[in-house]
Amino acid sequence: MTDNLQLNAEGKLKHFLTIEGLSKSLLTEILDTAESFAGMSEHQVKKVPLLRGKTIVNLFFENSTRTRTTFELAATRLSADVINMNIATSATSKGESLLDTIRNLESMFVDMFVVRHALSGAAHFIAQQTAPHISVINAGDGQHAHPTQAMLDMFTIRQIKPDFSSLRVAIIGDILHSRVARSEIQALNTLGAAEVRVIAPKTLLPAHVESLGVTVSHNLTEGLKDIDVVMMLRLQKERMTSALLPSESEYFKCFGLTEEKLKIAKPDAIVMHPGPINRGVEIDSKVADGPQSVILKQVSNGIAVRMAVMAMAMQKQGVTA
Amino acid sequence: MMLRIDQGRIIDPANNIDRIGSVYIADGKIVSVTDEPVGFKPDTVIDAENQIVCPGFIDLSTRLRDMGHSRKATFKSEVLAAAAAGITTLCLQPDTVPVIDTPAVVELIKELAEKADYPQIYAVGGLTQKLDGAELSSMLSLKQAGCIAVGNANQPVKNLLILRRAMEYAASHDLLLMFRPNDFWLSNNGCAHEGAVATRYGLPSTPEAAETIALAQCLELAELTGCRVHFGQLSCKRSVIKIHQAKKYGLKVSADVAIHQLHLTENDMTPFDSAYHVLPPLRTEADKQYLRKGLAGSTLNSICSDHQPHDLDAKLGAFPETEPGMSSLETLLPLMLKLVTQHAITLEQGIACLSANPARVLRLNSGALTPGFSADVCIFDPEREWQVNSENWKSQGVNTPFWGQTLKGRVTHTLQAGRIIHRL
Repeated sequence: MTDNLQLNAEGKLKHFLTIEGLSKSLLTEILDTAESFAGMSEHQVKKVPLLRGKTIVNLFFENSTRTRTTFELAATRLSADVINMNIATSATSKGESLLDTIRNLESMFVDMFVVRHALSGAAHFIAQQTAPHISVINAGDGQHAHPTQAMLDMFTIRQIKPDFSSLRVAIIGDILHSRVARSEIQALNTLGAAEVRVIAPKTLLPAHVESLGVTVSHNLTEGLKDIDVVMMLRLQKERMTSALLPSESEYFKCFGLTEEKLKIAKPDAIVMHPGPINRGVEIDSKVADGPQSVILKQVSNGIAVRMAVMAMAMQKQGVTA
Repeated sequence: MMLRIDQGRIIDPANNIDRIGSVYIADGKIVSVTDEPVGFKPDTVIDAENQIVCPGFIDLSTRLRDMGHSRKATFKSEVLAAAAAGITTLCLQPDTVPVIDTPAVVELIKELAEKADYPQIYAVGGLTQKLDGAELSSMLSLKQAGCIAVGNANQPVKNLLILRRAMEYAASHDLLLMFRPNDFWLSNNGCAHEGAVATRYGLPSTPEAAETIALAQCLELAELTGCRVHFGQLSCKRSVIKIHQAKKYGLKVSADVAIHQLHLTENDMTPFDSAYHVLPPLRTEADKQYLRKGLAGSTLNSICSDHQPHDLDAKLGAFPETEPGMSSLETLLPLMLKLVTQHAITLEQGIACLSANPARVLRLNSGALTPGFSADVCIFDPEREWQVNSENWKSQGVNTPFWGQTLKGRVTHTLQAGRIIHRL
């Protein structure tokens, strides 16, 4: 089951909804394009006129600070006009349907939707329903996908460890509810990582998780052996109340990343986290702020990667990145 | 009023008939099969050459919407679809708006059925008031008003003690319980099968155990209470095994499967296409194959449509928020015939699963071409191809994943109590 909805007839990116179905060369093109934008942030003039005159709507049906801000900055640096819609507190709470919201915004001649939604498949649905000239970028849908997060993580990894084929990556924590994990796994496998390992208790792993192309461990101490990249996931507080875990402290004891446990991984291993961090729940502050952590690098790379994806998705409208 | 159906291939599983011949009908009843009664002078003759003549189909699980849901479908629209599908008797699940939990609602349904010119609609009464799963409905009054069985549709019964008492009470009045096994907690608001596909797409999912555990509990209570139980819309291998064991053990239970479960699996779902959103969810290839085996070996004795027409809005949205269910009356026969061409079951078995067997479940004197029975007859051309499109489709709900496909097998005539209610 491949997903061609996001590619146009020439195989170019039209929407960016999921990593699934995208080729290694296309993912590499995203990373290369991001590379060309990455230096820009340090310039005095941080803007290029690529998307001048284009209107981008940040359509956030779920709250987000980091993702929305970096999308907004990315769009601004491409000289697009940006509208932020916080739908969590807007039209749909008055009973307007997802489709009506989209139709109304379409009538305002927008060129791109950046969508975050609490339900899996929402970005696909919008891409299917929206006018053909509009591009849709998935900024996270339910438990399905968060492809720009995955790409900014790939970008961060590549800066430090350029050869994916030799990499062993561990993803630790709530895989079950994580759209980030699903997109990371697909991206790493497409880029040819040597191994993707998920480490979590059974309650936080989806059924047939190995079918995603991962090896599985329920033990952090064993699972961290030979690992080059340690990806921590955020643990939501509600996992405790829904009987998935007994307590934060027991979780930290078993799966929390401490300096001591990090020593089991390769000495030059890097530590990543998509944020926001729960200090003392999934990660110890000493590790989060330590020398092996690239967490803040991930955040700044988010801008370049999102610029790249936006510019590439607008290519069909004559934009060349 | 006399009617003769000429020279069709008559397949009547209940009477072990499979031969070319004529069916004779007078005053709404079957008079004779093959042998011409003395002095029979038909007012109407239907030429059924190269066609199959069989008992009209009996659907054990249907939603016609109407009343509070008439934007989705109405009795008028759906009985046309049923007639075009060769279906002559329908069982209406109790989760209508309002719920079928009082004799007044049963009367209202009868009235709507009369108005739609399709009287053979049987209401399944609510097992509990408002289907709340907590307080018993007035089952005897519902039975006296005409309910053919009781059930709680897709709503959970609060606990096993209430289910036990409801079953005891139903058994006291010799009422059949129609039960769709699903543990509310284990199903965890899932919209897809807990398997590789739901994992890949991050969809909230339901394991088979949600069905098999509820099934096992109800089987135990069937033994404890002596209640007759028919299990509806089973979806997985382990359910078939459990029914097989229970029957072998001697429990008086029966079970059906929805037609789409015999053809579609989780792998057929195109990403986030709400047409594939059904409950129980589409499961694995192994489950599908075992359900087919269950039919072939008579562990499952009936196929139902599980018809659930929806308006367009109900299916427009992110997959988990769309409403589950397919519009499936009109694809019932062609999909049953596909099972035959794929050698999963014989044609005789397929017809029995749609007529004689559901009639036995409901203890109806129909589902067979027995002289004296109501003349409910379906005549179909097994070779005739047709496309699922707006020109050929009668149901108001177009929510079918088979839309646009060409299917084989088309009903040419449907007779309900001797009256032609559909002619192609």
